[in-house]
Amino acid sequence: MSLLTVSELRVRLGGLDILHGVSFEVAATGVTALLGRNGAGKTTTLRAIMGLAASHGEIGLDGSSLRGKRTDERVKKGLGYVPEDRCVFAGLTVAENLRLAERGKPDYERVFGLFPELSKRAAQKAGSLSGGQQQMLSLGRVLLNDNRLLVIDEPTKGLAPKVVTEVAAALERVAQSVPVLLVEQNLAVVRRLAAKAIVLSGGRAKWTGDAQGLLEDAALTKSLLGVGH
Amino acid sequence: MSTIVLLAVTGLGLAALYFLVASGLSLVFGLADVLNFAHGLFLSVGAYATWLAADHMPIEPAIAVGVAVGALSAVLVELVMIRPLYRRTIEQVLVTVGLSLAGVALLQAVFGADPRPFPRPGWASGVVDVAGALVPVDRFVLIGSAIAVFLGLMAFLKWTRYGLIVRAGVENREMVTALGIDVRKAFTLVFAIGGAAAALAGALAGIHLGTVSPATGSSLLIFAFIVVVIGGMGSVPGSALAAVAVGLLQQFVNYYGTAGAGDICVVALLAIVLLVRPKGLAAA
Repeated sequence: MSLLTVSELRVRLGGLDILHGVSFEVAATGVTALLGRNGAGKTTTLRAIMGLAASHGEIGLDGSSLRGKRTDERVKKGLGYVPEDRCVFAGLTVAENLRLAERGKPDYERVFGLFPELSKRAAQKAGSLSGGQQQMLSLGRVLLNDNRLLVIDEPTKGLAPKVVTEVAAALERVAQSVPVLLVEQNLAVVRRLAAKAIVLSGGRAKWTGDAQGLLEDAALTKSLLGVGH
Repeated sequence: MSTIVLLAVTGLGLAALYFLVASGLSLVFGLADVLNFAHGLFLSVGAYATWLAADHMPIEPAIAVGVAVGALSAVLVELVMIRPLYRRTIEQVLVTVGLSLAGVALLQAVFGADPRPFPRPGWASGVVDVAGALVPVDRFVLIGSAIAVFLGLMAFLKWTRYGLIVRAGVENREMVTALGIDVRKAFTLVFAIGGAAAALAGALAGIHLGTVSPATGSSLLIFAFIVVVIGGMGSVPGSALAAVAVGLLQQFVNYYGTAGAGDICVVALLAIVLLVRPKGLAAA
């Protein structure tokens, strides 16, 4: 049973074709990893799904088309987005960053249960947080609300190994209650979290299947992602 | 000493006018990335609306009418002319420049090009002795109004949800929409606030100058743009600080130097700030 359906997604940026007709489905449970080499179009795919990049093609959430919907409308339909590089509001406090993200009845208990640090630093400017704390805040913003799918772009990028483990553990807990479409370069994190994987190459979905199977096959991983492990 | 006091208060009065125009301009640019060359038109519209209303009511409610008309014009401009052009910067500039020119021409066609006498209320007349300097009361009215608007804007930005949206949007508008917020409503709101503040500046400039003319808005807008750039795009405290610097510099240099030297010094200050702090005084 798929929750998100992407078909023939095309994106052109700065005169260049970035996505040439990406098609895939995201399961209604667990973590689906979107993998690929640098420049494969992973972030662009997520941005197109969120309506942040102009695109052609069809994107459906639970059978309902997102075509023509603005970003804020897609979020209200249940897409929670955690962008690459966190994008916290540096001049706002942690509490204000969270307050800004509130929709309906915010679940602060869940957020502070997963990231107690945020509660302790509520009055601190987000710009003065460490990279790991900013990532927790970025995740916390989407976890305040009930979402049908979380779209998360490289949550462990640039983080210290200990913090990577903490973020992965938090995502593991989150994924028990809400499905996740995850772009992640750290294959150890993918191995820990993902059930399904989609591999993009040259602006197309080149491979789709079982994530664990992909990562256990060294030759396949090497040929698709260009890395050994 | 009395000359310095008089120049300082008069400079602060001028700074108050600059701030009232610049604060809205700065918020609109910071949040919506719109360089609104028609902002001066809201000032002129507010001034003429106050002038017209003052024929039928006391000046205080007439100013309120002027402010409301200024806010309404700004909302209409945003909804009808700017909204279809978000992310199309060149077209926005062309439209707002065109609107500014057409607006002045329209006001000239309706009210004539010559300045019209503006009613001066009793509370804005007379002088006050400050350390030996006889300072006209209307300077204090300008300064007090600007302080009230500054405090109101800061309270709005700090304590309201839309203020939070504006502050966040100035940092990263895209991320605000990615949190499920329709940022277009905030755009309309900052246009309304900017239009109201500019219209208030128009009414107060009318009281201060004793006249209203179609070109008042565009002449003040030039210095308001300089204030916005010196203060930092999107920063209300930055605009306030820059307005004070520009107003005082202009007054003192114009008095102690040759006529017009103050304007040249303001442009020099702009150049220095751009070289030393390209993002303005309020930049982190």
